[in-house]
Amino acid sequence: MSRKVDVVVVGGGITGNAILFQLAKYDLRCVLLEKEPDIASGTTKSNSAIIHAGFDAKPGTMKARMNVRGNKLYHELKDELNLDIQWKGSLVAATTDEEMDSIRDLLERGKVNGVDGLEIWSGDRVRQDEQYLSPEIQGALWAPSAGICCPFGTAIAFAENAELNGAEIIRECEVQGFDVKDGRITAVRTDGETFETRYVVNAAGLRADEISRLAGDDSFTIHPRKGEYVLFDREASKKMTQGVIFPTPSKTSKGILVCTTLDGNVFVGPNAQDMDDKDDTAVTTEGMDQILSAAKKLLPEIPVRAAIAEFAGLRAIASTGDFVLGRSEKVAGLIQAAGIQSPGLTSAPAIGEYIADIIVEETGAAPRQNYHKGRPPRYIFRNMDSAQRAKVITKDERYGRIICRCETVTEGEIVDAIHRPCGARTVDGVKRRTRAGMGRCQGGFCGPRVTQILARELQIPITEVRKEARDSYMFYDKDWETTSGGKA
Amino acid sequence: MAVEKRVLNCINCPMGCEITAEIKDGIIEKIAGNNCQRGEVYTREEITAPKRMLTSTVRIRDGVLPLLPVVSVRALPKEKVMECAAFLRQVIVKAPVRAGDVVAANILGLGVDIAASRDMDSRHAQKV
Amino acid sequence: MGEIYDIIIVGGGPAGLSAAYSAWENGAERILILERDREVGGILQQCIHNGFGLHHFKEELTGPGYARRCWKLIEDKKAVTVMVDTMVLEVREDKTVLAVNPKWGVMELRAKAVILTMGCRERTRGAIRIPGYRPAGIYTAGAAQRMVNMEGYLPGKKIVILGSGDIGLIMARRMSLEGCKVQAVLEICPYSNGLTRNMVQCLQDYDIPLYLSHTIVNIKGRGRVAGITAAKVDEKMQPIPGTEFDIDCDTLLLSVGLIPENELSRELGLELHPLTGGPVVDQHRETSISGIFAAGNVVHVHDLVDFVSDEAGIAGKFAALLAKDQLPELRDDIPIQAGDGVRTCVPQHIRRGARGETVRLFMRVRRPMRKVRLEIRDSETLLVSRMLPVAKPSEMIAVDLPAEKAEAVHGGLEVTVREEV
Repeated sequence: MSRKVDVVVVGGGITGNAILFQLAKYDLRCVLLEKEPDIASGTTKSNSAIIHAGFDAKPGTMKARMNVRGNKLYHELKDELNLDIQWKGSLVAATTDEEMDSIRDLLERGKVNGVDGLEIWSGDRVRQDEQYLSPEIQGALWAPSAGICCPFGTAIAFAENAELNGAEIIRECEVQGFDVKDGRITAVRTDGETFETRYVVNAAGLRADEISRLAGDDSFTIHPRKGEYVLFDREASKKMTQGVIFPTPSKTSKGILVCTTLDGNVFVGPNAQDMDDKDDTAVTTEGMDQILSAAKKLLPEIPVRAAIAEFAGLRAIASTGDFVLGRSEKVAGLIQAAGIQSPGLTSAPAIGEYIADIIVEETGAAPRQNYHKGRPPRYIFRNMDSAQRAKVITKDERYGRIICRCETVTEGEIVDAIHRPCGARTVDGVKRRTRAGMGRCQGGFCGPRVTQILARELQIPITEVRKEARDSYMFYDKDWETTSGGKA
Repeated sequence: MAVEKRVLNCINCPMGCEITAEIKDGIIEKIAGNNCQRGEVYTREEITAPKRMLTSTVRIRDGVLPLLPVVSVRALPKEKVMECAAFLRQVIVKAPVRAGDVVAANILGLGVDIAASRDMDSRHAQKV
Repeated sequence: MGEIYDIIIVGGGPAGLSAAYSAWENGAERILILERDREVGGILQQCIHNGFGLHHFKEELTGPGYARRCWKLIEDKKAVTVMVDTMVLEVREDKTVLAVNPKWGVMELRAKAVILTMGCRERTRGAIRIPGYRPAGIYTAGAAQRMVNMEGYLPGKKIVILGSGDIGLIMARRMSLEGCKVQAVLEICPYSNGLTRNMVQCLQDYDIPLYLSHTIVNIKGRGRVAGITAAKVDEKMQPIPGTEFDIDCDTLLLSVGLIPENELSRELGLELHPLTGGPVVDQHRETSISGIFAAGNVVHVHDLVDFVSDEAGIAGKFAALLAKDQLPELRDDIPIQAGDGVRTCVPQHIRRGARGETVRLFMRVRRPMRKVRLEIRDSETLLVSRMLPVAKPSEMIAVDLPAEKAEAVHGGLEVTVREEV
């Protein structure tokens, strides 16, 4: 079975969705293919969630250019797409004279990259805002344009708007090969349909080198670099930080941060460990110990007992040392958007612009008529006042039933998350869209209820509800011995 | 024949006394370590014909919940408990049910009934 | 809705139901129970095993059976109203309660007294930092119990249980009875935290190995659990390198501790006790804010629901007296110190009134002991001395301070335990 489309985007992370968002502004038939049951299942869901100011990237690189442009675009898109972003500003802390020199260098670099508002603060000034940080901090680089966001939520926002404007997102669809004729791509073959197309955007994250090679371009490789995190409960987080605190960076990484998130939980991390296995997102004891001990440099008192979760993400490191962006030199029609490690999240909308411009220029596509700006409204119960709550409950009584006590998430929001464009189909999909299961009890109370709501709304048996990955079935029928019930 | 010593913990109350029984030629000659009479009774029974209470669930149609918790009205032979549990997995009752209603009489011919542990209304019932 | 209730009870489990009954018995006329689930009974509805009620009802009952008894006592009392499917969002210092349900929307309810009986929640994997992947198949024992006993689904087929407290042991038996294979129970302490009777009827009966001084150092499987790696631990509870071994399983149940559900208490600004995790209370179970009482697992996690009902009975009685303005005039405040060998003691202080009253103390020891001498003394005298054959941290001890002794106390009280040779 095959059909004709104008563009196929391979990979449903923040990069793929930002590109799809941009492409959907034009009169192009676009399809995004994501191999997992939900978008943003890879690196996009496990990172520091920071919109970087842009002083860190080397001037002249794609990273630097996309970072600064992306930061600016997020400022513009926040209202249009109802993005959850807090412009916290960031601090790069220096504890030695050498480090003070380094951050002064960073300030200069930032200026070259076009970052506004950078300043050097004294240690005392730092501790005025951040009283729990180390007394060893001599000074810090302050960058007001940095922010924190929800990376998953941002990818979803791009996806929802794209779907509203005619783009199609197909999940659980894995690319298996390409048809190439006379040096040009003519089709994408998957474990489902085949798509006849002249343009393929390679936003396949950790596997972008494999996709590229399948199409006939082996000019770069991707290797994974793991970053582990420890997340703390909100109460304890109040005695840690309100902001985004970096150590002075090393050659390979921005370092182990102490950083808040949108909902007030502070995390510590990530470390940086080169891996061989592109699927190894296991958290390790050594990693956790390393993170907790390194973070003491910034924050002497770390409330270890208040840790509520640990997770790890894999950065996609391109062999070229920079983002791999633009037309493939080996295969016509293949447009690369690969090696998107930090500042990947920040760069996403700028990358979307850059890649879409290439395709629009070549195809001469016109802007889409009746383009919808924004996305469907969200009624977030915990953020509403009594009057707003009363109103939404009258419209839909399910907003009056709290399913996740810890995060105050209602049944109405969970049902909405399932039925929205690019809606949730898994327990973690509900979690990432609504926060149900992210609190103190980590889904102990609401987990079974969310599973039941998913089964009901998707009209599937409970035994077919999955947590996240393709084979992550949650529950089994009781008579599994005598029937085939439950999936092994 | 030699004297066999068996050590066990009584399960009648939270104290969990450690009791030692001496058995010769299949007869229990001595029981020591119990703090009360029930411990002795338990020990004799546990050695000759151990029994256990069974609590489990059965499926219920039209109930406010899909499962009804049930309990054996008396202790069952210990070696038959797993079989009884497997049997109960196949039992389906219909709501409404009152606590104490027998859901499986004389289970597996052992002379013990299995009863509902709670009331369960029909989900179609009108609430007053 | 404009009326002011005498008492609003947050949570309709055994604590809430028992508090309501006691409040009615003591003359409260308008009692409202707010329950988040679709019916009252709390956690008991999923505890289908027996062993409940031996003290309180003089009968051995199942969990649902105990819940039913508590409910029957108040079912026909006009003074008691119950709202189910209702979540309390906030309790305020002035005893206003903000709650929401699908039928009535957001409600602002007022009362003369509030009793907090929200129970407890389970500690999670994140809280104990187990390394490895985060696949499907990892559940807290209580969440799994709910699915198995109330919704009719199994969490998996080949199970490993971390934690040998009673919930873990009970689930070991339950999963075996449902045809699953329970591979092992792992316990980080050198002793089990569960009742001996549960070791016998849940582990020994089913030939389930118990590994004391062991923990989990890795979870395998990316989509779904595919196995775990266990290791022995040293006296500091740290894994000993070289002792690792793998256990094949598709499910991991965590029974690693319970914590009072204290979010509302915290937001209200109640003084919380650092070791119990619940509000500091006096002998009436009144918290640091006048008119706000607390009882049951929300104050300190209990082992026997019978004690929960006792405690809730106290809170219900005095909340009712407060609502009727009949709470005795208080003359002084006696702090109670958990001394040598004692980890926690509730209440944490006694506010003495005009009339003497017997005070029941509930405490836990720090480590397992035999031939235990329990003593309660004030700054001058030994007031109570008891001998206990055995004392374990997992078994709460109740001891009474008789009224005439409570009356005579000077300064503060201290409770101690020691092993008598």
